[in-house]
Amino acid sequence: MKVYADNAATTQMSRTAIDAMLPYMERIYGNPSSLYTIGQEAAEALLQARTVMAKYLGCEAREITFTSGGSEADNQALLTGATLGEKKGKKHIISTAIEHHAILHMLKRLEKQGFEITLLDVPENGIISAEQVRNAIREDTCLVTVMYANNEIGTIQPIAEIGVVCKEKGVLFHTDAVQAAGHLPIDVKKENIDMLSLSAHKFHGPKGVGALYVRKGVPLTNLIEGGGQERGKRAGTENVPGIMSMAAAFEETCENMEKNAVKVAALRDKLIAGLARIPHSVLNGDPLQRLPGNVNFCFEGIEGESLLLLLDERGISASSGSACTSGSLEPSHVLLAIGRPHEIAHGSLRLSLSENSTEAEVDYILKAVPEVVDYLRKMSPVWRDLVEGRKEFLL
Amino acid sequence: MALYSDIVMDHFKNPRNVGVIENADGIGEVGNARCGDIMKIYLKIDNDIVSDVKFETFGCGSAIASSSMATEMIKGKPLSEVLKVTNKAVAEALDGLPAHRLHCSVLAEEAIKAAVQDYYEKNHIDYDRSQFPNCDDCEHCGTCR
Ligand SMILES: Cc1ncc(COP(=O)(O)O)c(C=O)c1O
Repeated sequence: MKVYADNAATTQMSRTAIDAMLPYMERIYGNPSSLYTIGQEAAEALLQARTVMAKYLGCEAREITFTSGGSEADNQALLTGATLGEKKGKKHIISTAIEHHAILHMLKRLEKQGFEITLLDVPENGIISAEQVRNAIREDTCLVTVMYANNEIGTIQPIAEIGVVCKEKGVLFHTDAVQAAGHLPIDVKKENIDMLSLSAHKFHGPKGVGALYVRKGVPLTNLIEGGGQERGKRAGTENVPGIMSMAAAFEETCENMEKNAVKVAALRDKLIAGLARIPHSVLNGDPLQRLPGNVNFCFEGIEGESLLLLLDERGISASSGSACTSGSLEPSHVLLAIGRPHEIAHGSLRLSLSENSTEAEVDYILKAVPEVVDYLRKMSPVWRDLVEGRKEFLL
Repeated sequence: MALYSDIVMDHFKNPRNVGVIENADGIGEVGNARCGDIMKIYLKIDNDIVSDVKFETFGCGSAIASSSMATEMIKGKPLSEVLKVTNKAVAEALDGLPAHRLHCSVLAEEAIKAAVQDYYEKNHIDYDRSQFPNCDDCEHCGTCR
């Protein structure tokens, strides 16, 4: 059996998304900046796509800028906040310890440029409070950036409450909604969000396409200089097929959001209940305030990469926060931030479902994972020390 | 392209010599759970020859494969040859490891040496200390520093 359980990494494109891009490769391939008919048809299509994106985010079409994906949108949002802050002599930015690297690495860069960065700690459930944000805001704070939902442990942040705090304090508020868009209801106006990043490939659209919502009145800083596309804020001939496909995928996923969430969350909860039966394991992230498709566990005494390889052998695609899988020496910064010790964080497994997941797949995973964990524990000297009492179980 | 060579995958999926030797003559344990890999090697030594070897590993695919390959390379060999097994030789026997996993083969070499050293120490046998790595030279993950 083949089971794709890594939808937080990327998703299979939907038929709708694939069909939506074809006309813009085959027939309406004109450059949207050209004045002849197939150019103007492409420009017209872009406007439609912008309108669709805006409709489901609760904003106006002109508040949407198309980008090459979530990372670019995140980078541009942070640079924008920093540039605006610097003009007013405000060089303090607030974020969290569990952001995606598209945020954290840009913050590192800004830190080198003289900005002061406060990364809020998260409690074990991975959810920060609006109070934490309020308490961290200073006179010189120019930007708050808090992810909508976490890509590893799936926890959902109180975005609307943070929005209220930021509005009250007059601080620009960005959220990386790459994992949330298309999966959770979002209304940027109601939630007082000034900037929001999303990425098409997380909701069955194509890779390499995303969008940045920016409240009107907030002038964007360019990452890419060149032609006057995207109101001069993002140069480069638009990825028309990709954008059309993203809009179609977003419309479909948003129209079916409630139905999908109910189905996916039921599968998720079955998976969580089943995996929790593995001794000396722990669920990472909040059991309730989490993305409908996210499951993340740590298993004591084993290492995540070998777990993934053995699951792959059985046809299951999943992910881990172990150091080996990230190519770095440290395990996932998110698992460390929620207080998992290094040796536990190395033994993590993330399974992320989508509406294409089935109960049979969940049953298959629930059979495979305990067997593989058991097999690896039997060859682990760490596990032997634990069961023979030379070391204390942490989980 | 696959991340690992066929030989690595074979040794990972069908590891040779997994287990424990009760009353082993030498035991070497290297690595650190904090870094994400620990290797433990058990040796049975008769007349200076490794008559049996077993290993236990907590770690990634290449750590398990390196342990398995290293145990195969020293089984039945005299200690003088065992001490000549280098991390490079282990990596080559595996048909290469990805660059950022080379430390797994280093761990395998160190685990073997630690087990031999343990055997020498336990039996009060004189040996050349310069043949053995010392902790300060470790260029592993650095989290213990
Ligand atoms: C939370 C989060 N932010 C940003 C990104 C980056 O998105 P993209 O791959 O489209 O650049 C991802 C995807 O990996 C993500 O999960």
